[in-house]
Formats: sequence, C-alpha cells, structure tokens
Amino acid sequence: MDDLYRDYILDHYKHPRNFGELEPHDLEARELNPLCGDELGVQIRVKDGRIDELRFQGHGCAISQAAASIASEELRGMPLDEAAALEADWMLDLLGIPVSATRRKCALLNLKVVRGAVSGESDWPR
Amino acid sequence: MQQLAESSLNLALEFPILARRPGGRALTYLDSSSSSQKPRAVLEALNEHYSQHNANVHRGLYSLAREADAAYQAARERIASFTGAQEHGTIFTKNATEAINLVAYAWGRANVGAGGAVLITQMEHHANVVPWQILCAERGAQLRYLEIDERGEISLEALDSELARGDVRLVAFAHVSNVLGTINPVAEVVARAHAAGALALVDGAQAVPQMPVDVGALDADFYAWTGHKAYGPTGIGVLHGRTEILEQMPPFLTGGDMISSVDFFESTWNELPHKFEAGTPPIAEAVGLAAAVDFLSAIGMPRVRAHEQALTAYMLERLAEVPGLAVVGPPEAERRGGLASFTIEGVHAHDIAELADRAGVCLRAGHHCAQPLMRRLGVSATARASVAVHTEPADIDALIGALHGAREVFGL
Repeated sequence: MDDLYRDYILDHYKHPRNFGELEPHDLEARELNPLCGDELGVQIRVKDGRIDELRFQGHGCAISQAAASIASEELRGMPLDEAAALEADWMLDLLGIPVSATRRKCALLNLKVVRGAVSGESDWPR
Repeated sequence: MQQLAESSLNLALEFPILARRPGGRALTYLDSSSSSQKPRAVLEALNEHYSQHNANVHRGLYSLAREADAAYQAARERIASFTGAQEHGTIFTKNATEAINLVAYAWGRANVGAGGAVLITQMEHHANVVPWQILCAERGAQLRYLEIDERGEISLEALDSELARGDVRLVAFAHVSNVLGTINPVAEVVARAHAAGALALVDGAQAVPQMPVDVGALDADFYAWTGHKAYGPTGIGVLHGRTEILEQMPPFLTGGDMISSVDFFESTWNELPHKFEAGTPPIAEAVGLAAAVDFLSAIGMPRVRAHEQALTAYMLERLAEVPGLAVVGPPEAERRGGLASFTIEGVHAHDIAELADRAGVCLRAGHHCAQPLMRRLGVSATARASVAVHTEPADIDALIGALHGAREVFGL
C-alpha cells in the first residue's frame, strides 16, 4: 500500500463527491494552482448562515481532487464563519496522508477556494 | 539499438551527483531541460577559481586581480567562440530570462511603438512571453502569436502573412521548445524577418546544450541562452547581440562597471560588452560556464546531438508501450530536441512525477512555464523527461518501469 496514494484517496480522485455545477448559488470563487496550472472552482448555496450545498469544478492531481472531495463532505452544513476560519491543519488532518512541501499547494487549493468564496480573501495561505 | 549503442558517450562517471543513491536506488536524472547536472570539470574550475584566482574584475591593480580579469576575459572568448558569436556582442546576464528582458527594455522601448508589433509563437516559455506583453502594453504596440499546428510546429507561410502586414518590429521565438521539443527553422525565420525589416530574437536556452549552434550563421540579431541548462553554474546567462545594434541601444541595468564616466547629473557608457554588465559580473560563473562549453566541445556537439537524438528515438518508442500515454510535439526524433512531454490517461502529471520519484526517476511535471501553450494543447499539465550527455538507455528503461508502476498504483 502506497503511503500517499491510499485507497480512499484514489477512490475520491476517481469518484469525486460534490463535483459539478450548482445552480442557483450564492457564493463562488475560482483559483489556479501556480505550480501546475490546475484550476479549481467552488459554488456554494447558503441557508441560515450555513453552507447548505456546494459543488467543486475543475481538474487537478489526485491530491488536489481528493482533498476537495473529502473536504466537501465536511463543509456541508458548516457555519460560514467557521468555514472562513479553517486552517491548513484541518485539511491536512482530513487527508490523513504525508503531504510534502511541494504538494501542500495541491492539498490546500480547495480550502483556498472555499475561503475565497466565503470571505472574499484571496491571499490565504500567507 | 545498434545506433543507440554506437552513440553512447559513457559519461555518467563524469557527473559526481549521479553516484548518489536516493532511497537506495540509482539516480535517474531526466530533468536536464529544467537544469542540467554538472560535470567534474565544471566543479573543479569553480573550485580552482575561488581557491586560486578570486578577485573583482576591471578594478584591481594587483596581480591576483589581473588573474581574475584574464580568467573572465578568457571565459568570454571561449563561450563566444563555442556559439560562433562576436565576443564584443556577448553579454553575461543572470539567466536567459534577464537576457530577453534586456532586449525588451533597452531595444524594445526605443524601437517598438504604437502601430508596431512583436510576433512570438504559441510555444514560447514565459521568459519569451511576459517581457513582450509588458513592452507592448507600455508602448501601445500589438503582441501577436504565430500558431502551432497539430504536430507542434509553426508554418513559414503563416509567418510570411504575419510579416506581410508590415508592422512587425521583432520576431521572438524559441530555437527548441521546452515542452514540445520542436526544433524551429531558425535561419529561415530570421531571413524572413530581416526581409520584412524586422529583427529576430532567438531563445536558445534548450538548444545550446544539445546541438551545434552557430549564432553567426543563423544571423539572429539576438540569441539568448543560460548557463545552468548547459552543464554550467546557475546565475549566468548569455545574450549574443549584433554589435551594431547593441551600440545604438541605451543601457539596461545601470550602476558600476557599465559607465565610462559619471558626472553629478549625467554619465557616459562603457564600451561593449561592459555597457550591459552593470555591477560586479558573474565572474566565477563565467569561468564555470567556459569549462562547461569546453567539456561539450571535447565531446563534439554533433556527437552530443547524435547521442541525444538516438536516445529520444528510443524513448519515444518505449513510451508508446505505456497504455493511455500521449506525447505532445513532433513524432519524429530528428525533428525534436532531447525531451518528451506526455500525459497518461487517468494519472495526473504531478502524480506521475511523484510516483516516478519513488523509483529514483526525476521528471518535471506541470505547465513548464508555458501556460499559453498548455492552453493551446488543451492540457493543464504534462510530465516531461529530458535526456542529457550522461543519459543511457537504462535510464529510459527505468522511466518506462516507473510509468507502468504509476499506472498500477492508480489501479489502471
């Protein structure tokens, strides 16, 4: 068994949850991974100050796609202020695999997009 | 295979780093297009310079400084001679990127204006895209792209029709594409540019390390390349410029060493090439790069090219065995440089490179600083394997094994 490419990572990569378009939506954001040109977008529907529904769009490596898929399951129902304050460790713990310094950007791309959609900030992680 | 065996250079032992065994495995370095490894001769030249002849140049009156001066001067002679360029028109920069920026700022600002155009190709590295974007935006000029066809090549007919519009001031293009491997017909493009009253700049960063390059015969007005891809140190690039044009150009970076005299409010410029080398130049790096071109000359560039072409043919043949693998660029080894960029269906380029690394195989993965090209190709990233003088068929076999392994991990 590979340390990085575990079964659940490959499963999320091949069958990403909550991918596609979400219409109508209240929030959206899109980001590029400057390392490889991969692109990830998110659309979010808000209800009572919480993420009611979300969908990711885009393409990328197994790490960035699996991270977005795994995160999407946790993000549904989360209060917006809580989502806006999520930090890198939240994502890395959820992924549960050793992510090298160069792949960190892949792993965190979805969180960057979500934080951008929820709070409008574009300079995370600093 | 016979041609392969005949072309083998048996140079791996000349590269100390190749003795490393990361994770207990042989190091298979297939990323020379990004940065080459350094032969012992270059490491020794750097060590010898710093331990025996180190001083600043153009200033000292002591014998050590004269030795440094002589070493720097001799390095320029050897490097200019290696590429068939004029010594006075051979300028040392930080890298190829700075060499192109030098032309964009110093020549471009004075010669490209409203109504003018800069013509580049869709296969350019960002280093030969962004400076022209900035220049054209600043000067109200037009930036236009020569399209590539399905084989990843440009067409001279399309070039002719672009030039016929009469507004092109400069054609800037890669000698060898760092993604497609395409070898562009430099002499033909330059001749057509000149006939249309335009100048030509060639990005030779990939070409100089792997094939004979004669800047004089190519007749390019500017030819830029970099040391670290040509078995030399990082921190040095080369710009060969036509001296008549360089003479007319204002300086780029300014300060020490590039002046003739400095008054309180104005200055006059030093003669070529020093006018374009502000501040203490890359002295040891020039000495190291001269050792690198001597190393290449001793092998002979036609032999380097024959070796890398045979290996590339072998690599293309073996890559075709991997299911779902698609190579971009010209299919024939004789029409491309020593590299292959590819995608594998179901495995992202990053994951290919990560898994190849587990087998000790170093690949580049990503957009290769050529995002407009990636968009044209309709892919976000490719993996790239590039060969060098020290590459052997066994390195290609290791690559193929690693790619099969990557597909297995992904359950393909």
